[in-house]
Amino acid sequence: MTAAAEAARTNDGWARRFAGLTRHAAKTLLSVALTFLGLTCVTFFIGRVIPIDPVLAIVGDKASIETYNRVKIEIGLDQPIPVQYWRFLVKVVHGDFGNSVITAQPVLEDLLRVFPATIELSMFALIIGVVLGIPLGVIAATHRGRWQDQVIRFGSLLGYSMPVFWLGLVGLLLFYAKLGWVEGPGRLDVGFDDVVPTITGLMTVDSLIEGDSDVFWNSISHLMLPSSILGYLSLAYVARMTRSFMLGQLKQEYILATLAKGLSPFRVVWVHALGNVWVQLVTVIALTFGSLLEGAVLTETVFAWPGLGLYMKNSLFNADLNAVLGGTMLVGVVYIGLNMLSDLLYPLVDPRAREER
Amino acid sequence: MTDTVAWRGWLLDPAPASRRQARLGRWYRAWMAFRRNGLAMTGLGVVLALVFMASVAPLIADPALANLQVLEDRLQPWSAAHWFGTDELGRDILVRILFGARITLTIVALVSLIVVPVGLGIGLPAGYFGGWIDAVLMRITDIFLSFPRLVLALAFAAALGPGIENAVIAISLTTWPPYARLARAETLTRRRAEFIEAAELQGASHLRIILTQIVPLCLPSVIIRLTLDMAGIILTAAGLGFLGLGAQPPAAEWGAMVSSGRQVLLDQWWVATIPGIAIFVTSLGFNLLGDGLRDVADSRSA
Repeated sequence: MTAAAEAARTNDGWARRFAGLTRHAAKTLLSVALTFLGLTCVTFFIGRVIPIDPVLAIVGDKASIETYNRVKIEIGLDQPIPVQYWRFLVKVVHGDFGNSVITAQPVLEDLLRVFPATIELSMFALIIGVVLGIPLGVIAATHRGRWQDQVIRFGSLLGYSMPVFWLGLVGLLLFYAKLGWVEGPGRLDVGFDDVVPTITGLMTVDSLIEGDSDVFWNSISHLMLPSSILGYLSLAYVARMTRSFMLGQLKQEYILATLAKGLSPFRVVWVHALGNVWVQLVTVIALTFGSLLEGAVLTETVFAWPGLGLYMKNSLFNADLNAVLGGTMLVGVVYIGLNMLSDLLYPLVDPRAREER
Repeated sequence: MTDTVAWRGWLLDPAPASRRQARLGRWYRAWMAFRRNGLAMTGLGVVLALVFMASVAPLIADPALANLQVLEDRLQPWSAAHWFGTDELGRDILVRILFGARITLTIVALVSLIVVPVGLGIGLPAGYFGGWIDAVLMRITDIFLSFPRLVLALAFAAALGPGIENAVIAISLTTWPPYARLARAETLTRRRAEFIEAAELQGASHLRIILTQIVPLCLPSVIIRLTLDMAGIILTAAGLGFLGLGAQPPAAEWGAMVSSGRQVLLDQWWVATIPGIAIFVTSLGFNLLGDGLRDVADSRSA
C-alpha cells in the first residue's frame, strides 16, 4: 500500500469517526431537548393542579369581581392552556421563574445565591464516594465470595438502607454533641459570617482566595459531617457498581493473556481491568452526583445548610410556588445535563460505542 | 418422616406428570436455593416479622393507645411499662412503632398496586407492537426516568397538599418508569417465541396473548425489581414524612416521628433514634430479600 493510500484511508477513518460523533451528539441533543420539554410540561402541570388560586393569592379575598377579572387577564389565566404553557416556556427559557413570595426577589437570583452551598456539599460527598468507593469495589471483585467481598457488599447494602436524615441526626448527636470532633449545623460559626467576601459562593474556595485559614478550617469542619454522610450513600452505590463492572472484566480472556505474559496481578487488575471499566464508571459518577443533589434536600434540612434543599423546603412550607418550581427546574436541568454529559463522553472514551452508533 | 421424603421425591421428580407438579417442583427448587442464602433468609424474616407486627398491632394494643397522651409521663427513658420510652407528648414509642408499620406497609402496598399495572401497561404494548407505539411510549418513559425522583415527589406533594394519599401518588409518579422498561425488555425477548406464534395462529387476540402469555413471564422479574425498590420507596416515604409532606400528625408515621424527636435529640435521644432504626431495619430487610431473590433468579437463568 502506498503512503498516499494509507493517508487517505486514515483520513477517511477520521471523517467517518467525526461524522459518527456528530450524529451521536445531534441525537443526544435532540433527546435532551425533548426531556427538557417534558420537564417544563410536568412543572407547568404541577403549577396548574396546586389547589391555590393564583389570582386570589395576588388580589386577596376582599377584592371585587372586577379587580379579580382584571388581574386574571393580566397574568394570562384567561388564555387557553396551550397558550399559557407557551408563555410559561418562553419565560423559563429566558431564566424567568417569577418572583419569590418570601424574599421578594427573582427566583433565579435566589437559586443562584443558594446553589453554590449545595454544590460544595455534593462535591465533597462525591469525592469521598469516588475515592473510597472505586477501590472498595475493585477489592470486592478481586476477592469475590471471600470475607472482604462480604464485608464490602454488606457495608454498601447498609448504606442503601439508611435513611439519610436519621443518619445525619445520629451523626450530629455523636460527633458534634457528645464527642465534639466536628462543628455543628450551618456552613460557618456565627463569628465567621461575612468575614470572607462571596466570590464563587464555595466557602472553602473563597476563604482560600482570601487567604483566611481560620475561615477555611472552620468551613471544612462544618462540611465534614454532612459530606461524609452523603458520601457514604454515594460510596455504597459506586462500590456496588464498580464491583459488578469489574467482575465482568475479570471474566474475560485478556486478563488471562496479560497474566500469562507475566504482568503482575496488581497491574492487571488496577491498570488493565480498571482502565476498561472507567467508561461505565463515568456514567455512574454522573448519576451519583445527580442523586447527591437530591439527598441534599434532606441533609440540608438536618444540618441547617443554607443551600438549594433548605431553600426549597422553606419555600414549600410558605406556599412559595414560584420558588419550588424554580428549584425543581434547576435540579431537573442539572440532572438532564449530567445525563447528557455522560452520554456525550461515552463514545469519546470508548471506541466500541463509536462504531455501533 | 417417610411422608416428607415422599413429598420431596414427588417435588423433585425429574419427569413431572402434571403441570402443577412441574410448577410446584420449580418453586421448591428455587426455595432450596434461596434457603442457602443466610442474609436473604434474614431479610425474609424481617419482612415477615414486619407484616406480622402490622397485622397483630390492633390485637395486642388498643389503636387509641398510639395517640394517647399522658403528659406526666413524657420523655421517659425505657422501662418495663414503656419498652422504648415515651415521646414529647407522653405517647408510648413502641406502640407507635407498631402502628407505624401499618402506615409504612400501606404506602408500600399502594405504590406497588399503582406502579406495576402502569409499568406493565406502558412497557408491554411498547415491546409487543414496536414501531411508533414503542417510540412514543419509551420517549415518555425516558423523560420521566431522567427526572430527579425525590425533588419531583416533593414538588408533587407540595402541589397536591401533604398527606399519605398524595405521598403515594407522588412516589408512584416517579417510580413507574423502570418497570415500563423492564416489561418492554422482557416482552421483546419473547415476542418472536414460537408459543406466541402458536397462540396467534389459534386466533387469540393481542390482548389475550399479552395477558395470558406475556404477563406471567414478566412477573418474576417485576416482582424481584419491586422487592429491591421497596427500600427506596420506604426511604422516600419516610423522607417526605420527615419533611412534613407525608402522613400528618398525630399519625404514627416513622419519618414524622424522627422529625418530631429532633427537638429533644440532645437530651432524650431515643425519641428520634428509635423510629429511625425501624425505618433502617425495614428497608435493610427488603434489600436483603430482594438481593437473595435476584441471586436465585440469576442462577436459574444462567
